[in-house]
Amino acid sequence: MTQPMNQPRLEVEDLHVRFDTDEGSVLAVNGVSFALQAGEVLALVGESGCGKSMTAMAILGLLPPTATPSGSVRLEGRDISGLSQRELRAIRGREISMIFQEPMTSLNPVFTVGHQIGEVLRRHEGLGRKEARARAIELLDLVRIPSARTRVDEYPHQMSGGMRQRVMIAMAVACNPKVLLADEPTTALDVTIQAQILDIMRDLRQELGTSIVMITHDLGVVADIADRVVVMYAGHVAETGTVDAVFANPQHPYTLGLLGSVPRPDLVLADVQERLAEIPGVVPTLRQPPTECVFAPRCPRADESCLTRMPELTETAPGQRAACVHPGPAEAEQKEAVRV
Amino acid sequence: MTSISATATVAPARRGSRLRRRFARRPTAVIGLFGVCVVVVVALLAPWLAPYAPDASDYNAILQPPGSPGHLLGTDDIGRDLLSRLVVGTRASLTAGVLATMLAVVVAVPLGMIAGYYRGWIDPIVSRVTDVVLSFPFLILAVGLAAILGPSLINAAIALAVSQVPMFVRIARGEVLSLRETEYVQAAVVNGAPTRVILFRHMLPNILNPLIVQATVAIPAAIIGAAVLSFLGLGVQPPTPAWGTMLSDAQQYVSQAPWFATFPGLAIALTTLSFNLFGDGLRDVLDVRMRS
Repeated sequence: MTQPMNQPRLEVEDLHVRFDTDEGSVLAVNGVSFALQAGEVLALVGESGCGKSMTAMAILGLLPPTATPSGSVRLEGRDISGLSQRELRAIRGREISMIFQEPMTSLNPVFTVGHQIGEVLRRHEGLGRKEARARAIELLDLVRIPSARTRVDEYPHQMSGGMRQRVMIAMAVACNPKVLLADEPTTALDVTIQAQILDIMRDLRQELGTSIVMITHDLGVVADIADRVVVMYAGHVAETGTVDAVFANPQHPYTLGLLGSVPRPDLVLADVQERLAEIPGVVPTLRQPPTECVFAPRCPRADESCLTRMPELTETAPGQRAACVHPGPAEAEQKEAVRV
Repeated sequence: MTSISATATVAPARRGSRLRRRFARRPTAVIGLFGVCVVVVVALLAPWLAPYAPDASDYNAILQPPGSPGHLLGTDDIGRDLLSRLVVGTRASLTAGVLATMLAVVVAVPLGMIAGYYRGWIDPIVSRVTDVVLSFPFLILAVGLAAILGPSLINAAIALAVSQVPMFVRIARGEVLSLRETEYVQAAVVNGAPTRVILFRHMLPNILNPLIVQATVAIPAAIIGAAVLSFLGLGVQPPTPAWGTMLSDAQQYVSQAPWFATFPGLAIALTTLSFNLFGDGLRDVLDVRMRS
């Protein structure tokens, strides 16, 4: 486990993002807080529309104009949430960078990959054309692209999806950023390539000490690479803790639901898991601050006490917190089922 | 002449050879390219190609028919050699066409791109002004502007350019509007690229294809426009020859000397056709959706 250091790399505190649309406001992110230590991998997990990507965009100051963020984002103690676009540009790509889900469209089709990686270096580090190219080759080596020396002059359409995602990673880590935001980096790739990409990210964190925020809905990825996990639901943090604790001992019914919806061959063979559990319903769109638990309409444990207020995150075990009126492991539900 | 078409290929570097092959497979496109090359070469070499000075009149040989001794295409009402005037007139017509289109591109593309990228208050302003300009028929607007600016080749080109700006603004704006949502543009933003770099280094090369194709449509339109303006006396001034002025001069002699009007008309028609065929071919070759 990562040792707590005196100052976290990235600290997000009470982050809110509100969208003002023609149909009224939408509360996309509601009081998300987390801290990321050097070399740590934090996973943001949740269904589509739960505010994961918006959290990342808010960190980078790249929300659309209709969005109003509040709360603070501190990069090594320095509050970057109120910076101007000019100041943020100096941070983006150099201190915080990001990789996207779609490797097929994340590279500009009209430039060679070497040019695109080199551009970031030329901009932020003031390298010349030749130096940037040499660095680009090193970076392609780092992300394990074979024969980087010739590949550097290829165009994106000459590469496969996995290869392009590696180029994206090379581009993102070109300036050795302190924090890497990875928005579903493996979702569009097939499973063997996924494993390679995760390997590369693990190496990066070890060799460069990069802290990674991994945004994903894939719990397999979380278990594979993350140290800590933040489970998000409707813009709120539902549960947070170390991956070991949350996976071994989930407390929030939503986390339980997510874990239950993953196929587990071992459990199927042991006749424990007959069919995949689903969570009925969809993530609600919040228009007003909730007066009840946001998960209550879909929750098997919901009762009157859940409808009085939105529960706050409370510690359920050392290093693990859940926002639930009735936290507890899955057994609680089984007993419930017996009683009914 | 075949060597001309081979040397003047317009395909961009690197993927050039692939595009050249695709282009060569379209006979109409090759014909168009050939025609464009001929016009350009004639315009460039006009003083050397023309057998006579374009304004040298020979009063002993007025309205000679084509094939008369010394005058391949005949002569006009004051005995000027029609071939020479046609050849030298290529310069004015092509200049007006190309200059007008270039001016339009230089003004319209940044404007459209900025409107499409920033949206906000600037987009409705640019779009509505574009709509207003577009609501005037192309030639009426050009004629009106040329009349205000006064007759000259440059003013004719400016008037034609203004009339062409809206189409280029629309294309640039629309393309940027869709590009700004693509992930590689997002990636450039995330990597800290300033807006200027995003617009002109990341986006511009990606919207070149539709712009090039629009240009090959705009150039012949401007050539016709220039002909109309000089026909109306708003373009190139005599004695400088231009295809439009030649047509205008020939107007009164259509029954006596039909060839007088035929050849400049033919030149306009063939040049327009060449640019159109070439543009169609370019569009097919460059269109991403048609790439395998």
